[in-house]
Amino acid sequence: MSQDTLFDKVWDLHKVSSLPGGSDQIFIGLHLIHEVTSPQAFGALKDKKLKVKFPNRTVATVDHIVPTDNQSRPFKDNLAERMISTLEKNCLQHKIKFFNIGSGSQGIVHVVAPELGLTQPGMTIACGDSHTSTHGAFGSIAFGIGTSQVRDVLATQTIAMNKLKVRQIWCEKKLSHGVYAKDLVLHIINELGVKAGVGFAYEFAGPAIEALSMEERMTICNMSIEGGARCGYINPDEKTFSYIKNKLCAPKNEHWDEALLWWKSLKSDESSIYDDVIKLDASKVNPTVTWGITPGQSIGINQKVPLLSDLSPNDQLIAEEAYEYMGFKPGQSIKDTPVDVCFIGSCTNGRISDLRVAAKVLKDKKVSNRVKAFVVPGSEKVANEAKQEGLDKIFKDSGFQWREPGCSMCLAMNSDKLLGNQVSASSSNRNFKGRQGSPNGRTLLMSPAMVAAAAINGKVSDVREFINL
Amino acid sequence: MNSEFTSPIGKILKINGKCISLIGNDIDTDRIIPARFLKCVDFDSLGKSVFEDDRETLKGKHPFDLVENKNSSILIVNSNFGCGSSREHAPQALMRWGIKAIIGESFAEIFYSNCIAIGIPCFTLKKKLIQDIQKYNNNKSLFLEIDLKNSLAKSNDFNFHLEIKESSKNMFLSGEWDATSTLLCKEKLIENKYNDLPYLKFNNLVI
Repeated sequence: MSQDTLFDKVWDLHKVSSLPGGSDQIFIGLHLIHEVTSPQAFGALKDKKLKVKFPNRTVATVDHIVPTDNQSRPFKDNLAERMISTLEKNCLQHKIKFFNIGSGSQGIVHVVAPELGLTQPGMTIACGDSHTSTHGAFGSIAFGIGTSQVRDVLATQTIAMNKLKVRQIWCEKKLSHGVYAKDLVLHIINELGVKAGVGFAYEFAGPAIEALSMEERMTICNMSIEGGARCGYINPDEKTFSYIKNKLCAPKNEHWDEALLWWKSLKSDESSIYDDVIKLDASKVNPTVTWGITPGQSIGINQKVPLLSDLSPNDQLIAEEAYEYMGFKPGQSIKDTPVDVCFIGSCTNGRISDLRVAAKVLKDKKVSNRVKAFVVPGSEKVANEAKQEGLDKIFKDSGFQWREPGCSMCLAMNSDKLLGNQVSASSSNRNFKGRQGSPNGRTLLMSPAMVAAAAINGKVSDVREFINL
Repeated sequence: MNSEFTSPIGKILKINGKCISLIGNDIDTDRIIPARFLKCVDFDSLGKSVFEDDRETLKGKHPFDLVENKNSSILIVNSNFGCGSSREHAPQALMRWGIKAIIGESFAEIFYSNCIAIGIPCFTLKKKLIQDIQKYNNNKSLFLEIDLKNSLAKSNDFNFHLEIKESSKNMFLSGEWDATSTLLCKEKLIENKYNDLPYLKFNNLVI
C-alpha cells in the first residue's frame, strides 16, 4: 500500500470517516457542475427534501450542449435550451455561482476552473465528468463521478469511495521538438493499456513531466481516465504556484504566503512508497496518432497499423473490431490517411497554448479544399486571449472556422458532428465508435499541431515537416 | 425492454433472471448510450435507447434485439466494460431496459461506482469462465439465481462463485447502497472537516 505520496496526504486530510465495508467518506473541497450530469442530481435532492450543504463549494458552468455557431437564446435546439435553463434555475435556487455564456468566464468546466484559480494543490475536486482528472495537474486529487454521487456531494459535500492505489509513471529525459504532451499521454496509454489504471491514481513524474507547462500537464492528467485511472496528478512546483498567483480565486496577500507554505508540504516524499512504478523514456516518443477505437490504439506517425500477431491476445479482439470499423488494414501506414474534418478544441487541448501552437503551424498556409476545419476555444477567456494575440485571424485566414467556446465535437452533443463515415483529425480525447456524432464516424486523435498539419495537407502528416527543427 | 420499470430500493439479497451475453472488450459508455441521448433532465426514457447505434448497425442482430433475450436481466460482459465517460445515463439505460445485475471479467471504475450507486450489483469472474458462460448462453437460455450473501450463482446445469467487492456487497445486504443518508449521518464530522481544512481558511471564496 502506498505511503507518504501526495495522494496519501490529500486523501488522509479529507477523510471524514471509515464506512462499513471498507470504503472511506471523503470530503470534496471543490465541486464543479455542468448542465448534463446535474439536473437529475438536483431532482433527487428535491425528492429527498435535502438542501445543498455548502453552496459556496460548488461552481457551475455550461459546456457540453452549447452551440458553437450561434449562442443567442433561446437555443435552436429545444432540448439544449431546456438543459441550460434547468441549470440556471437550479443554481439560482440553491445559490450556486454560475458562469453563464457571456459572463467572460464560461467554457469547458476543466478549462474554466484552473483559469479562475479555483483549482489549487491539495484539494479534492469532483465533477460529474470523467475528465475531472485534468485538475490533478495542480497536485489536487480530482476525479469524475456519476450523477448519484453529484447528488451526494451537493447534499453532504462528501462521497463514499474506496482508496485508490498509487502508480508512479516516471518519464525520463524530455520530449523532442515537435512532440507534445498529447503525444506523451497517448504513448503512455498505449504502453500501459486502457484498463491498467483501474483501481489506481497515476502520479506523473520525472524530468519530462517537470519540463512541461501547466497547460501541458493538464493535457497529461486529463487523459488519465483513458488509461483507466480515475485520477492522475503531478506534484506541485514553482510553475504551479506562479500559474495560480493573481488568478481571480487565488489566495491573496498574507493568505498567499500561508497557502504557498502548505502547498510545498504536499509533495510526495523522497521516501514515498508506491504500489507500482513504471519508467519510460520521453525522448523516444514520436508524434502519435490513434488508428483504432480506443485511445490505447495508437502508433507513431511513421509506424504502421499493427498486425494482429504484433498484439497481445488480450488486445486482439478489440483490434479486429477496430480494423473493421476504421477501415484500416493491418500493416498499413497511418501517415497520408485522408481526413475530412479537423477539430481543435476540448478539455484536453482547447487552451491558449494549444491554439498558439496550431496557429504557428497554420500561419500563412491554407487548409486543404477537401477538409472542413474548425477551432473551438476552451473558454471565453481563451477566446478573448486568442483574439488579442490575433490567433483568430490566423485561423480564419487559413480556412479554419472560428467558433464560440464549448465541448463541441469532442462528444457531439451540439450540432457539430461528423457525417457518415467521415474521418476526423481531432485534438480531443476519445476515438470511440460514434463518439463524434455519427454512428460510423471515425476519429484519429492527435496533438493540436498535428491536427493543423493534417488540415493543411488534407491527410495525416508529420508536423515536424512544418516547423523549424 | 422492461416497460414496468421500478427503481430498486432497500436490501438486495437475491437476483434471479435470464442471462444476456454481450461479447467484446472495452465497450465504452458512448456505445451504451450515445451522447445525443444525454440531452434530458431525467433518466426515464433512456431504456429504449440503450446501445442505439450498435443496434442500428446490426439491424436486429444485436443481443439486445434478439427475441431469445427478451426479459433478460443479468448481463454477461467481458473486460473493461463501461470505460470512458462518467455518464450515469449508461447504467440507468441498462437498468431501464431491464438489467438488474452484471457479471464481467472487469469493469471501468466510474461505471462500476455508478452501478453500485443505483442498485446494480457488478460481479467479476475469470476470463475463461466468462467465455464459457457466454458460449453456453449462445446455445441455450441460462437462468441464474444469484445469492448475494454467499456470492453464489446457481443454474440448472452448474453453480459458481462470484467475486464482488466486500464494501459493495455489504451495501446491498444492508440496503445502504443509496449512500446519501449514510453520509449525512456524519454531519457533525463533515462540519468539523469544513472548519479544519487549511485551504478553506485562505481560499478567496468571493467570486
